[in-house]
Amino acid sequence: MFFNSLEDLWLMSGHGAFVWSCYGLFVGLLALNVWHSLSQRAQALKQVRAIARRVK
Amino acid sequence: MSSLDWRMPRWFHQMGSPKWFYEWGGRLQPWFALAALILLAWGMIWGLAFAPADYQQGNSFRIMYVHVPAAILSQSIFVTMALAGAIGIIWKMKVAFMVARSCIAIGATFTAIALLTGAIWGKPTWGTYWVWDARLTSTLVLLFLYAGVMALHQAISESQTAGKATAILALVGTINIPIIKYSVEWWNTLHQSSSFSLTEKPTMPAEMYVPLLLMVLGSYCLFALLVLMRTRTQILQTQSQTKWLTQHPDIEGV
Repeated sequence: MFFNSLEDLWLMSGHGAFVWSCYGLFVGLLALNVWHSLSQRAQALKQVRAIARRVK
Repeated sequence: MSSLDWRMPRWFHQMGSPKWFYEWGGRLQPWFALAALILLAWGMIWGLAFAPADYQQGNSFRIMYVHVPAAILSQSIFVTMALAGAIGIIWKMKVAFMVARSCIAIGATFTAIALLTGAIWGKPTWGTYWVWDARLTSTLVLLFLYAGVMALHQAISESQTAGKATAILALVGTINIPIIKYSVEWWNTLHQSSSFSLTEKPTMPAEMYVPLLLMVLGSYCLFALLVLMRTRTQILQTQSQTKWLTQHPDIEGV
């Protein structure tokens, strides 16, 4: 590791708040996108299953 | 049928079939998911904890590993969206319009990430969150273009018409892509010029460059995954009356 301790990694010699918030945004916003895609698929599957049952 | 048909390989037309896209998309998805997860986790851990600090910017340069991939993807996705729209218009391919539509939310997300992380990076580096510099302004315009495409799509209820209209807006909007790219050369910007390219030899040392490469490739894999997921959902929404779908294991298997 580049840093001497986990505390150093967290603080990043004063830049910690900037760096970690950026990584948080990257992961958070993309995870939100994945979650939204999954929930939309689940919803669409539910609808198609309902239609398929009616057709039968 | 279009006169261009004979020039295109068979897979191109198969891709236009919702059934074929649904099947192949479903098979490819787990691989893109796995690749995205490994590449992004590897790149982020390397970038955060193992890459050496920059001699000028110190540790704040680590923001590059999320900022640059987001900025690259925000532009690639816009071009992909415009190309998919063009394919939809030229070959009257519904699936291509669906792909274009899937690009909107993902592209807007990456653009927002690029703008936000850029602003945060600006504070320790330039002393300000925002300047009306050509690169930043043209990227903000990109976000507005995504919003415009989204709004136009939602305003038109008929999906083919919506697909065509948004494709034209996206194609016209691509004029902004070279403006973003060359803004740092054409204007005197605070934003630094490009230090990363997939095709040119890197100017930074490998232990700084490789994590960035991993992040860019991982972001492309995540983009592919999300496009497949969202397009397959649109196929579910529009093909619910077809036999192949109602008899599909995804539907019947419950």
